[in-house]
Formats: sequence, C-alpha cells, structure tokens
Amino acid sequence: MPEAARKIRVRCEINGQAMSLETHSMARLLDVLREQAGLTGTKEGCGEGECGACSIELDGALVNSCLIPALHADGAKIRTIEGVAGAGVLSAVQQAFLTHGGAQCGICTPGMILAARNLLSRNAQPTENDIREALSGNLCRCTGYTKIFESVLQACRAQGPRR
Amino acid sequence: MRSYIPSFELQEPRNLADALQHMARSPGEWKPFAGGTDLMVLLEAGKLSHRKFLSLWNLQELRGITVTPTHVTLNALTTYSEVRRHELLGREFPLLCRAAAETGSIATQNRGTLGGNIANASPAADSPPALLAYGAELELVSASGARWVPYHGFWKGYKQVDLRGDELIRAIRLPRNHGFSKHFYRKVGTRRAQAISKVCLAGTARTEGGRIAEVRIALGSVAPTVLRATETEKILRGERPAPSVLLAAQQALAREIAPIDDIRSTARYRLRVAQNLLAEFCESLAS
Repeated sequence: MPEAARKIRVRCEINGQAMSLETHSMARLLDVLREQAGLTGTKEGCGEGECGACSIELDGALVNSCLIPALHADGAKIRTIEGVAGAGVLSAVQQAFLTHGGAQCGICTPGMILAARNLLSRNAQPTENDIREALSGNLCRCTGYTKIFESVLQACRAQGPRR
Repeated sequence: MRSYIPSFELQEPRNLADALQHMARSPGEWKPFAGGTDLMVLLEAGKLSHRKFLSLWNLQELRGITVTPTHVTLNALTTYSEVRRHELLGREFPLLCRAAAETGSIATQNRGTLGGNIANASPAADSPPALLAYGAELELVSASGARWVPYHGFWKGYKQVDLRGDELIRAIRLPRNHGFSKHFYRKVGTRRAQAISKVCLAGTARTEGGRIAEVRIALGSVAPTVLRATETEKILRGERPAPSVLLAAQQALAREIAPIDDIRSTARYRLRVAQNLLAEFCESLAS
C-alpha cells in the first residue's frame, strides 16, 4: 500500500452550522460532505466537473464539489441543497421545480437548484438566455431542459425573500 | 481506477515567499495547485502521477487585476469569472472575456485560473489564443528572483513550458494601446456549452484605408501547443483582405499547423475548419 499522508483538520461552516472534520487534504469535498458530514443531497454524476450534479456554494461561489480538495474548505462557508429550504418551507426555486415539473429522477435537481439560486443571487431578473447559460454546466438526462428553465423563470416571478 | 487519496498531500504555504522557499529547497518535489479544475479531474481518473502539491489558492499576492496607463496586469490566480466581470478588459481585450465565457461552466469559471490554464499547457486551452493575440507577457518568480518572458514561445512542446521546477507564474501582463480595432474569437466544439475545443482561432488586426496594417492570429487544438500563425500573418500584413490573399493565407496556415486525429476530431476536419475560421476573420476585416 502506498504511503499515506497525515490527515488534516478542516473547520468550516456548512449550512450555517460550524463543523470540524478530519480528512485527507486532497479528499474531494463531495466525498467529505456525503460520507463525513452525512449530507447526501449533493450527488455525484461524472466526477470530472462536466455534469454539475455535485454543485454547491463555497463562500457564495457556485463550484463543483468533486473538484474541490478538502483543504480548500477550511475556513469556508458552504451551502448544500440541505441548506436551501428554511424551517420546513421550500425556497422559491424549489417550489417552482415542484409546481412546474422541473424534476423527474432527481439526480441533477440539487445541482440545478443550487445553480439557479446562485444565478438569482447575481441577477434577480434573468432572461431565458441568462438561465440557459447559468445552467449550462448542469446536465439532465430525463426531464428535459424546457421545464427546468420554466421553473427558474417562474421562481423569479414568485414572491418571497428566499430563493 | 480511482486514486488512493491518502497518498496525496496538499499543503498550504503561509505566503508567496514561503511557497517559493518550499519549491527552491528541492525543485520539482512540490507542484503548484491553483483552482484544481484540471488536477482534480486527473486525481479522480487515477492519472495524477505527482503526489505532493502546494496550494496557491489562498495566496492573496497572486490575486487581483491592476491597470496602469500602459498595461493591464492579471495576477496568476485571476479566475475566468473575474475576467468576465472586468469592465476594462471587456472594452480593450474582448477576446479574453470571450475566451473566459467559453471556458467550461460557471462553476469551472469560478475556480479555473489564467495562471493554471497557462501552466497546464493544454493545446486545447481556451484563453491562450486570446492572450497570444494581445501579445501577453508572463512574470515568472522563484526564491532567487523574477523574470518577464513573452508568452509567445513559452511552450517547448506538448504540455511542456519554459518554467523551472522552482518557479511560479506570478502575473500575466497585457499591453494596452495596442491599436487593434478588429477582434475575432471563435471556438468550435461539439456543442456550444462545456465542450473542449476542436479548433479555436483568435485574431486581432488594425486596418488602414482597407489594408491590414497589423494582424495577429493564434490558434488552439491544431498542434502540440497553442501557436501564433506568424507566416499566415506575414501574408496578410499590408494587404487588402481580397480572395487571392485569403487563399495564400489559408495555404500558409496549412503549412503552419499540425492537426491530428484524436478523440475529439480528425486532422482533416481541423485543417478545414481552421481555414474556414481564417476566412471568417478576414471577411470581418473587410467590413
């Protein structure tokens, strides 16, 4: 067996909660979230930054968690799909996906929701082209994109402070 | 097969000087790690042969874009998202912003860096043709000093650059007041989003009274390295963009590039498309 480097301590805030995790420096944040923090809402699709299923927010920026080494989570604020709904109330984007059929099998959905929220935090009134571009890194293989884009458009129109 | 993660080590230097000290002690032992958008893919695929990396991501000295009357200097960790958001870059170096917008997804653009794109030295990278078209220069630093080199010629072969084992790319500098009024960038991939390029062409030019007074053409994915088509430029310089001139330029381009068959495309397709993109660029100069 190859030589193992010592583990590191990663302190971060996940969905508003302070966490301290022991892991290897190059472990994928995706695996740390799923296997150590127990947050299995973040999905693995391709594992190479193409499909967006593992999208999360890292210090407010949308990233593919499969491409983030655990070391880079140290001191960071992370938001995963588990941190999107507030106190049992779905966010506008989540509600819109439900209402407008934006999800089918659901594997791409957490990433889609995170990417859509991230877009709306930068641009409250996106055009359909803006939405297409913002979600171009999130692949869906069953719903089809039309209902997903419609869901995001409807979420923009929906009232409510949370997205 | 996936890599055995515990055998990899990613260390956080205290600052740039500390990182350079690490690299000077035994050059080549520690390799730089920026946004990770290439290295983490290799890691997952079990193709990352090196084991020890220095994380540059949190080095503030390598962040930021500064503008002086003569230059724009982009520190090496400038991300594609930062390039896209920069108003002056959009005005004076539109090809770089186009290239940044066509690189991967928003998530990739938030992590991928210009310095990483240059050091990774993929011939299919999207930002290098734009950087070459604007005459970029690189600042390389080590514990023993710094040097500026032209980006043109920085490649020594496939995925090989003129960077010593103890050196880092600190910054990329673009000369302002370049006088180019024509800017052309086109990346051709399997689809518009996310795809790696099959052919990419960036061109800048200044026209005077219908003649091409100055021109620069750079391409990606058509040779072992990104390249400047200097012979093609010579054919065009001083000429009107007429069909006979274009034909000669297309023939020169065929001699300068060396496309291959690979998983993304064929040599034949790449040659034809490179010549078509050259035609598109030349037509844009006539208008």
